[in-house]
Amino acid sequence: MDRMPSWLRQHLAALRALLVLTAVTGVIYPLVTTGVAQAVFNHQANGSLVAAKDGRTVGSALIGQSFTDKDGNPVRTYFQSRPSAAGDGYDMLSTGASNLGPEDVLDTLPDPNGADEQAKEGKQSLLTQVCARSRAVGELEGVSGARPYCTPDGVGAVLKVFPAVGRPSRAVSVNQACPAQPFTSTYQGVKVECGKPGEDYAAGTTVPVRGDVTDVRVPADAVTASGSGLDPHISLAYAELQAPRVAKERGVGLPQVQALIREHTTGRALGFMGEPAVNVLQLNLALDKR
Amino acid sequence: MSSTTAGILFIASLLVALAVCYRPLGDYMYRVYTTTRHSRVELAIYRLVGVKPDGEQRWAVYARSVLAFSVLSILFLYGLQRVQNHLFLSLGMDPVAPDLAWNTAVSFVTNTNWQAYSGESAMGHVVQTAGLAVQNFVSAAVGMAVAMALVRGFARNKADTLGNFWVDLVRGTLRILLPIAFVAALALVAGGAIQTFGDHFTWATLTGGEQTFTPAAAASQEAIKELGTNGGGIFNVNSAHPFENPTSWTNWIEIFLILVIATSMPRTFGRMVGDNRQGYAIVSVMAVIAVISIGVTNWAELSAGGTVPQAIGHALEGRETRFGVSNSGMFASATTLTSTGAVDSFHDSYTALGGGMLIFNMLLGEVAPGGVGAGLYGILILAVVTVFVAGLMVGRTPEYLGKKIGAREIKLASLYFLATPMLVLVGTAVAMATETGRAAMLNSGPHGLSEILYAYTSASNNNGSAFAGVSVNTPFHNSTLGLCMAFGRFLPIVLVLALAGSLARQAPSPASAGTLPTHRPQFVGMVVGVTIILVALTFLPALALGPLAEGLL
Repeated sequence: MDRMPSWLRQHLAALRALLVLTAVTGVIYPLVTTGVAQAVFNHQANGSLVAAKDGRTVGSALIGQSFTDKDGNPVRTYFQSRPSAAGDGYDMLSTGASNLGPEDVLDTLPDPNGADEQAKEGKQSLLTQVCARSRAVGELEGVSGARPYCTPDGVGAVLKVFPAVGRPSRAVSVNQACPAQPFTSTYQGVKVECGKPGEDYAAGTTVPVRGDVTDVRVPADAVTASGSGLDPHISLAYAELQAPRVAKERGVGLPQVQALIREHTTGRALGFMGEPAVNVLQLNLALDKR
Repeated sequence: MSSTTAGILFIASLLVALAVCYRPLGDYMYRVYTTTRHSRVELAIYRLVGVKPDGEQRWAVYARSVLAFSVLSILFLYGLQRVQNHLFLSLGMDPVAPDLAWNTAVSFVTNTNWQAYSGESAMGHVVQTAGLAVQNFVSAAVGMAVAMALVRGFARNKADTLGNFWVDLVRGTLRILLPIAFVAALALVAGGAIQTFGDHFTWATLTGGEQTFTPAAAASQEAIKELGTNGGGIFNVNSAHPFENPTSWTNWIEIFLILVIATSMPRTFGRMVGDNRQGYAIVSVMAVIAVISIGVTNWAELSAGGTVPQAIGHALEGRETRFGVSNSGMFASATTLTSTGAVDSFHDSYTALGGGMLIFNMLLGEVAPGGVGAGLYGILILAVVTVFVAGLMVGRTPEYLGKKIGAREIKLASLYFLATPMLVLVGTAVAMATETGRAAMLNSGPHGLSEILYAYTSASNNNGSAFAGVSVNTPFHNSTLGLCMAFGRFLPIVLVLALAGSLARQAPSPASAGTLPTHRPQFVGMVVGVTIILVALTFLPALALGPLAEGLL
């Protein structure tokens, strides 16, 4: 190699170094790790799969799933998972979060006369998604779904006030499509209008209205999508909220259901890591196996 | 126990574990980079590579070796993605599009691991393990090698050479990264991370839906992805995916791995310059900045400011139940204070001020503690700038570790400092000024600007995390972000090595009464101040229009 020009020698060394290190870290390392993992932790290495009582694989203990029927309605005999932003829900081939921000409060109302498909479908803000989920969960479990910043009909309570600066002369509840009844009749003495699809309210000031709700019954995890879209857990509070419904639908005593919840709750590791969480699939499987 | 108490214990336990590792790991790395003995495996590797392990390199040769290795790595990784449909174990994946393959290749070689693709639907087994994961190892080893070259510049006198890049590269990979990654990978599998070269298969869920198993060698890649402060996940949702990060304790391990090498490196530095107090001073600077930042992020997230978090009652959008808000915030701090960019929760849904703090972490240049190697050389440059500023104030010739910081040295340090802000601000400005650039925003208003600012900050600082709502898998963003990543990595590296070369050539100047002591709390405070003030002055206007506007309006 000594007769080669030095720039070429360097590149040859770089190429050889890359190939050798690829063999070590890209072939030997993963293969040895896989070999040991498969031998020692076979169950975990292959996805912690779980089976129903008839022995067929129905999922992974680590991956959440939707407990809904063909039309997407909750199956009432099962505990329900959190909302999911992975595909149509708990899709392992398209994992994802909503990625919507803390001030995402303005909907695009569905406009039947819209120019394209997007405009016809409209788009819900994160706030409205939260309000709508809260209302639906409240209805399913027979409790109030009311939350701060939400209208009684389950959308974000947000006004656009005109003009943007100075004394208000016009106020619109932009997430409530006409002919809905606005959540408040007046704002600083001005009558509040309902939102008209397709109308541009960008010029106004955005004013979210908190309302006077203090007693929130539907837990936070029930109205939010997780990071992975595959969250296998729900909070203890959400499990307890669902327990009476599941007990009633299955005709078993509430204490038995509550005992099963405790059995499938993972506490904080070492007492301080993470949050207590209930594994929904395993809880539902345990109910089926009773 | 309340969530807040548990969260504080979680953070405290991590800090204690890192403090315990500081000396043993730092000393071990000192021996790795200074010993003259080669193992038999290493000698065999040097023979295969065709280099003489005892031949030392001048700074320019060292830099050329880094660049040659990196350019070939980019070409190799690009090629691998383009032909993946012809490879075995490719899970039926199509070849990756040219602009995306370029972006991904640059991204992994520069230790950025920005991901414009979705792992489970774009990359097969071979590209993941023999392409992407290899760069997780070697890009980290390159960063450590460059840091060691800079430290040798301080430690050596009247010397022309800075060590041998190939030796540093091989030792860092074999003696530091591989053993820790192997043990960590097995721990992650024990917790439930998957490790299989199997194929897809489908099952019917309990209520008759359909789910498809996504096979991957996840644990082996997860371990090195965190340890090497890389961040590129096997799956789209990264460390939020239960197959990458199944439990609250694997979450702890992953955060620990992210921080452990970078926080121990100041010890290695102290040993090499023959004064452990210098190492303690540098790690104190890192700790002060990190603790403030972690505190702010946790406070912002736990207090759930903003309309939607208030409606929810808890900043839980984009978080996993098993981690909770506080531990997720700790992961987010660790990943942005280093150059990792892995996420276990989605930063786009963070509160305005919490998310703003994460951007600020990266804008600091990722020095608290920073990426493996990159963090150390980043903070040493800031220390050089600090002694220069201090020297101006008292009217003396600035010195650091017995080396005069003259015109050439301060020019190189300043250029280093200016490189990333230029890339961040020009990149963001170009994106915001063009129709295609703006189209990437998911959220509107100030949050949309934050998304673009975050993207160019993340790429230029080689972080790789994102306000992930942003749609950047377009030729425009793949190309421009790719350029930011490449310049953001290699421009600073060349400047660092040039500085190292010029320091090594100097004769030592003995400490005098006018020398500023660089191991006292006073100096620690000054470096913290210089770091924060320089960054604040550079980026305040951009931050004011994004996260600050959103959080305060």
